[in-house]
Amino acid sequence: MQIPSYFTASMLALSLVATPALAQQITGAGATFPAPVYAKWGEAAKAATGLELNYQAIGSGAGQTQIFNRTVDFGASDAPVDSAKLKSANLLQFPAVMGALSAIVNIPGVEIDQLKLSGEIITEMYLGKITKWNDPKIVELNKGVTLPNLAIAPVYRADGSGTTYVWTSYLSTVSPEWKSQVGSGTSVKWVAGNGAKGNDGVAATVRQVKGAIGYVENAYAIQNKLTTTQLRNKAGNFVKPSLASFAAAAENADWKNAPDYAINLIDTQGANSWPIVSATFILLPKDPKDTVRSANVMKFFDWAYKNGADIAKSLEYIALPTAVQDAVRASWKAEIKG
Amino acid sequence: MTGASQTIHASGPARDGKIADRLARKRRFQNHVVQGLCLFATAIGLAFLVLILATLLHLGVKGLSLGVFTTVTKPPGSNGGLLNAILGSLIQTALGTAIGTPIGLLVGTYLAEYSAGSKLGDAVRFVSDVLLSAPSILIGLFVYTLLVTPFGGFSGWAGSVALAVIVIPIVVRTTEDMLRLIPVAMREAAVALGAPKWKSIVFICYRAARDGIATGVLLAIARIAGETAPLLFTSLGNLNWSVDLGKPMASLPVTIYQYAGSPFDDWVQLAWVAALLITFGVLALNVLARIVLRPRS
Amino acid sequence: MSQTANPPRRRGSIGDMIFQALATGAGILVLVLLGAIIVSLLIGGLPAFRQFGVGFLTGADWDPVKQVFGSVVPIYGTIITSILALVMAVPIAFGIAFWLTELAPNWLQRPVGIAVELLAAVPSIIYGMWGFFVIVPVMAEYVQPFVIDLLGDAPGIGFLFQGPPFGTGIFTAALILGVMIIPFIAATMRDVFQTVPPVFKESAYGLGCTTWEVMRAIVIPYTRISVMGGIMLGLGRALGETMAVTFVIGNTNRISGSIFGPGNTIASLIALEFPESEAGSLKLASLMALGFMLFVISFIVLAISRMLLRTGART
Repeated sequence: MQIPSYFTASMLALSLVATPALAQQITGAGATFPAPVYAKWGEAAKAATGLELNYQAIGSGAGQTQIFNRTVDFGASDAPVDSAKLKSANLLQFPAVMGALSAIVNIPGVEIDQLKLSGEIITEMYLGKITKWNDPKIVELNKGVTLPNLAIAPVYRADGSGTTYVWTSYLSTVSPEWKSQVGSGTSVKWVAGNGAKGNDGVAATVRQVKGAIGYVENAYAIQNKLTTTQLRNKAGNFVKPSLASFAAAAENADWKNAPDYAINLIDTQGANSWPIVSATFILLPKDPKDTVRSANVMKFFDWAYKNGADIAKSLEYIALPTAVQDAVRASWKAEIKG
Repeated sequence: MTGASQTIHASGPARDGKIADRLARKRRFQNHVVQGLCLFATAIGLAFLVLILATLLHLGVKGLSLGVFTTVTKPPGSNGGLLNAILGSLIQTALGTAIGTPIGLLVGTYLAEYSAGSKLGDAVRFVSDVLLSAPSILIGLFVYTLLVTPFGGFSGWAGSVALAVIVIPIVVRTTEDMLRLIPVAMREAAVALGAPKWKSIVFICYRAARDGIATGVLLAIARIAGETAPLLFTSLGNLNWSVDLGKPMASLPVTIYQYAGSPFDDWVQLAWVAALLITFGVLALNVLARIVLRPRS
Repeated sequence: MSQTANPPRRRGSIGDMIFQALATGAGILVLVLLGAIIVSLLIGGLPAFRQFGVGFLTGADWDPVKQVFGSVVPIYGTIITSILALVMAVPIAFGIAFWLTELAPNWLQRPVGIAVELLAAVPSIIYGMWGFFVIVPVMAEYVQPFVIDLLGDAPGIGFLFQGPPFGTGIFTAALILGVMIIPFIAATMRDVFQTVPPVFKESAYGLGCTTWEVMRAIVIPYTRISVMGGIMLGLGRALGETMAVTFVIGNTNRISGSIFGPGNTIASLIALEFPESEAGSLKLASLMALGFMLFVISFIVLAISRMLLRTGART
């Protein structure tokens, strides 16, 4: 058994040789939804500021756990953390970027953004009440589209996810029945349909099963050219999923009155607002163990606010309004020890 | 053998001959059927392997390039590679095996050679077998509370230890099984030559059981090389170049886990390349080890 | 290990003591390790046990929004998929091991043996992806509609094969698990079959036994306990397998009578929900409690198999 000890020795040697102090590295973990944009920001920020970001998408709940335990420099969560918990964990919460969800369908003959749906109808599909695509309620919204006599197969995320949190928040907002019977959360007790793992699982299942409807992050729908639908917003207009309609939703939100920036961007006012938009959040200790690293986290997001809008756009995310960015900067100054 | 011979009732040589004939035909037929089924079973097993490898090749090869091996993971659209993940996987798998194998080997030896009839031996055997079925995510969680929270951060060490915990029971099971099957005559020969017990174990039994034990170690390596769950909460992963075992460390399975479900084609492609690399890497290791450990006969 | 560096004095008694102490120490380490894992799970799961009491074991609800958690569905899914996987894998693994040791031409033994072991080299997440993208469409398109048509209306057992053909579900998960554990069982079986002293087999052949009779009457009895060890190895992996199952089982917290219906296993539920369970939540406690339950199941399965072996040895 000389091989293992040889291995250990060489690995030790390797780890000793390659330990140049990387004081500028910051580690974050949590939400999967913003991971691509954080990675892209990290790459650009490294060139501009010398900061090296290591962001790992381990899930929002796990991200919260990590920052509660202080095993990372910052945590990230898709669902805002409630104020009492933030207080007891001594954390500052602020939004980083926004994104949107799209509904996707597989109906023979129906093209991208052709079908018009409302939140009420989607809710009834997921409650198992509307079961055929040629249901009069759907046909009424879609004059001119031939809808087949096909069973509706709702598909949902089987893994706990921020995406499900946003989707069920939407269904809860538009339907009191959904709110009381199912509610909203990163995973819920589904009434009808089948589960699939991840955005890719939902997309693949919808692609395979005729008559399926599902929900994915809009970036996923765009990149994979999935058959998205129009949705009716609060103003009663049908809108297509696009960066413009997402931005409209963000502009019409009431940022000022959101405690801990826990902004609700679901079904906002405005003629052109897309109804399913959400922000994703960063959690930062107010009493950091290591003030340098904490300062670097703020430096990173300051850079991202200033310079990251185009990168966000290229990956189908939406940057925060400037007023909100300034408010967050003020909070950093006021609340983080450093 | 036993059931067949009892059914023959002697009453004349001619009849005996007929019965024996029928019996022999039946036995031969039975034998052929079983042999055919075995061949069929082997074909099924191989078919699955071919199917999986074909899928991996089909989806993975087109993403292979030099850049995969020379560039670290990067954001979508930046032509990233897998260098840090490959290296991280190599380091953690090697270290996990290096920590787990000697312990597993010793435990297996204890069970086979020293534990006869003892309550402790029964208990150790039992928990080791239970450990076999422990979901790897729970092992990761345990190491998280043991090594990550107290030391204030994720590290390659924690990942390696989590993998080692998975290695141990596999090596224990195969080591004990193989040692137990060594004929008593072999040990007696060693004792007769005046060798102390430990020497007869190390130089006679280990050598005789070498193939089986190696199979166990290889199965263990194969298993941990592709493990995602125990690494997720121990070594976390790292987007940047890092071989510091005290810091978060990248690995191929964690990269697959995070890339496979992403919206971006280049990430999804890299996930399949990573899958291809793990599978064929472990494959190559297996074949190599088999050639090195060629049986003596 | 450096025992060789310490030349034994007086017929190696010190060497023996050191070696025995090392081996025993390692054994105790494993004992403590598992004990610590189980205790940490029990402590983590305590809030769930306290909140739901026996209801955690008998409840079929898993509702994170209303904070109601029961373990019946994942426990059922874990047991049924593992049993189905064993039913599929053991005969095939036995066939492979038998073929490799007794039937295969010499030049084929090694390459085929290595090829089968390579099935174990495929990482579980790959099995999951492969199952989802290759097997599930085949199941949805061909296998399930065919079987549902054929047997769905059969009296008595029809309910086992009903439901919409989604492709995912209990049966698909069991199939993938079966493929995953074949190499574990086959490799162990082959290794132990090879250890049967040739003289035993030769004397049986000398009596005119066929290959199958030698296998049944000589090889299997001689190696039975180690064969069980190999099967346990496979069962162990099936019970705790996580990533592969999450892709193909359909992940629904309902019990469906049909083997094509969706379900969940303990390990897959933990893997799916853990990333979204924050420290201190009842959901996390419930997941820990589930993990504890899985250990209990492993304990029971092992205890039963030990008992079977002991009674088998007596008769």
